[in-house]
Amino acid sequence: MANASELMQPEAMSNEMLPRLYTVNKIYKDTHDTFTMELVPSDGGPAMSFQPGQFNMLYVFGVGEVPISISGDPDRAIPLVHTLREVGSVTSALRQLRAGDTVGVRGPYGTAWPVTEATGQDLVLLAGGIGLAPLRPVLYSILFRRRKYGQVVLLFGTRSPGDILYKKELQKWRSRFDLDIHITVDRAIRPWRGNVGVVTSLIPRASFDPMHTTAMICGPEIMMRFSIMELVKRGVPEDHIWVSMERNMKCGCGFCGHCQCGPLFVCKDGPVFVYPRVKELMNKYEI
Amino acid sequence: MQDLGPYLKQHPFLAGMTDSQIELLVGCASNVKFNIGDYVSREGQPAKRFFFVRHGRLALELMTHDRGPMVIETLTEGDVLGWSWLFPPHVWHFDVKAVELTRAIAMDGECLRNKCEEDHELGYEIMKRFSHVMVNRLSATRLQLLDIYGKRK
Amino acid sequence: MDRDASASGAQFRISTEQIQTLLDVLRNHGYETVGPTVREGVITYGPISSCEDLPVGWTDEQEAGKYRLLRRNDNALFGYVVGPHTWKKFVYPPRQLLWRMHKNNGTQTLEHAPEDFPRYAFFGVRACEIQALAVQDKVFTGSEYQDRYYALRRKDNFIVAVNCTEPGGTCFCASMGSGPRATRGYDLAITEIVRADEHFFVIESGSERGGEILAELDAQPATEEELSYAARRVERAAQQMGRKIDTSDLKELLYRNSENRHWEKVAKRCLTCSNCTMVCPTCFCSTVEDTTDLTGNSAERVRRWDSCFTLDFSYIHGGAVRPSEHTRYRHWITHKLASWQDQFDMLGCVGCGRCITWCPVGIDITEEIQSLRDSEARQEMDVAGAKE
Repeated sequence: MANASELMQPEAMSNEMLPRLYTVNKIYKDTHDTFTMELVPSDGGPAMSFQPGQFNMLYVFGVGEVPISISGDPDRAIPLVHTLREVGSVTSALRQLRAGDTVGVRGPYGTAWPVTEATGQDLVLLAGGIGLAPLRPVLYSILFRRRKYGQVVLLFGTRSPGDILYKKELQKWRSRFDLDIHITVDRAIRPWRGNVGVVTSLIPRASFDPMHTTAMICGPEIMMRFSIMELVKRGVPEDHIWVSMERNMKCGCGFCGHCQCGPLFVCKDGPVFVYPRVKELMNKYEI
Repeated sequence: MQDLGPYLKQHPFLAGMTDSQIELLVGCASNVKFNIGDYVSREGQPAKRFFFVRHGRLALELMTHDRGPMVIETLTEGDVLGWSWLFPPHVWHFDVKAVELTRAIAMDGECLRNKCEEDHELGYEIMKRFSHVMVNRLSATRLQLLDIYGKRK
Repeated sequence: MDRDASASGAQFRISTEQIQTLLDVLRNHGYETVGPTVREGVITYGPISSCEDLPVGWTDEQEAGKYRLLRRNDNALFGYVVGPHTWKKFVYPPRQLLWRMHKNNGTQTLEHAPEDFPRYAFFGVRACEIQALAVQDKVFTGSEYQDRYYALRRKDNFIVAVNCTEPGGTCFCASMGSGPRATRGYDLAITEIVRADEHFFVIESGSERGGEILAELDAQPATEEELSYAARRVERAAQQMGRKIDTSDLKELLYRNSENRHWEKVAKRCLTCSNCTMVCPTCFCSTVEDTTDLTGNSAERVRRWDSCFTLDFSYIHGGAVRPSEHTRYRHWITHKLASWQDQFDMLGCVGCGRCITWCPVGIDITEEIQSLRDSEARQEMDVAGAKE
């Protein structure tokens, strides 16, 4: 039984709830409801180092905090990049910021995508909607050390052509010979001539060897569940499938209790999980 | 005339059919090509044929009065287009347009219907495969219906 | 200071007057003593400086959804169990300022919250509450991240434990392995004896610093008879408890019953009022409030207690993950008795009975577990019957 007097010296403990101030270097629109912010530390000190899949708690003066995945390059600490979707009061307030404004940052928190563990494997990245943002750091990491991986496939599904994130970057990556990118939308009007259909329909014909594949999926939970079904149908072992979960978070470090999914704290046991660990939870309602 | 047997055999939809069954199908088959912008079908027109897509991309469109033509789905290499030929009144439910140069094997609906009536083995194999395609399409369409990327109000 | 190693083992006897001396000694040593006191018809925890502040001669009558104070026919100082307050309000307060931020000519600066916390002495801590403090220690300082404020507040706590000689109406600490006898985690432990014409306390120290304080009291060695009487009284309290939870496979029981129709039955009664989470000594969920002052130049972030029973607890853009009442109840009880074990290697419930007493509709956590077990037994019987 823990004894108060045996605690690690409290004075030496860091204060997880104190934000670090970052300055907005750039902020620009991606699509009609998503935008990207590039941040640098306000005190000119070193920026945080992070792993793909981790997130920060971003604070806007007087408004509040939100957990947002880091969507920049892990090998380039500055600037710190976040892509956000405007869905509530805090994200809307963040949207109103301009270069020179201040943002409070706490993090990085959470578990990472298995980028190192997957060396030697074929990689399938499945992104749904804004789910491409937490996966982009994986792509940066892989391309930085491309030879360590087999075939690399990105399957990206979103609502409509106007919702395609990182358009220019995707077009640039498409021209690479060592990267397979397939994009699909749920609905389209002309002049879209690309795929229309759910992202899961891209899985059966994607080019990868199921026996030596690591899959990383990020998107709405339904999309993740159905993608997993298709991957398993193709023979990808369940323990080679990774997902990123999302829950309400007030602290990001395991104290507030809001992010619990069964016994798991999505903020510190996740948000990236290997599928078998969350399989039962994903199929239970209102857990 | 080109023997389409080998091309039919290659198409994923027909995987597992016997050579003699493929021969039966050849009798109803013809080789077709659609240029970008060509309409494969129009909504309401008689559905006389269906297609095994070999190469390219076809878009299923529905015309809406307020947003113009909406693309609901695209089909590509390995897909099969059209099941309205199976059941009366045999009319197309969509406009289908080639958005890329597309090559396909067209199958005469009436021809194949007659052969299936005569040869129930063949009929069962064809029905099995179409049912599977429909099940998958239905699943996918349901997901599309949910508008999972849309913002909740 | 290691409380376990310094337990002297020796037990002494002190008079009721010495309790007052103890309070004085603690004050002289710079402690702010808080303990049980009667306020607004309940026994709460507040500042005490003299014996008169204690609920002398009071007892509490508790049942599911019921609490009232009654006069005893003696002058026992500790003749009751636990009320709606818990010690967590001193180390993990309901509202805690985290920081302030100030805007000045376009630059923002951070002002840390003050860290001048009082040195508390908790006077009259029950065994279940000691266990509850240990549970919260694990939550706030025993995991990946530590809560600095909690650790600072908890650092110098002086604990005077009281061994219960009478169980409360809703107590079930015995079956949870957390009482009624305090075995660790205290500086001093007392057992009150009121019999015939005698009223005294058996006292022992559980730490070096407890021993130092004890040395300033007029303590006589306790006799064999006194010690065995005290031990028997505490043992009897364990046996007289009217409730229990069979904790044998509690985790598996709750995990495999997530789809049990029983939860919907409980939900018909549960008001999701969150009383249970507020009175529970181990509940730790919190939320944050961000505000600005009228000028808009100063912002403040405050942490406050929250409850998993609220509808927006699990809200993510567009909706709550747990909109139904029954899934919120299911979450609370599963967390308390099952998930907690996976998260912190211990049970989250200490058997204090508060959630039973303070539930307005009298939902009883021990009954709910028994209902789950019964429903499983019924299903097995159905299957067995079907086989014949």
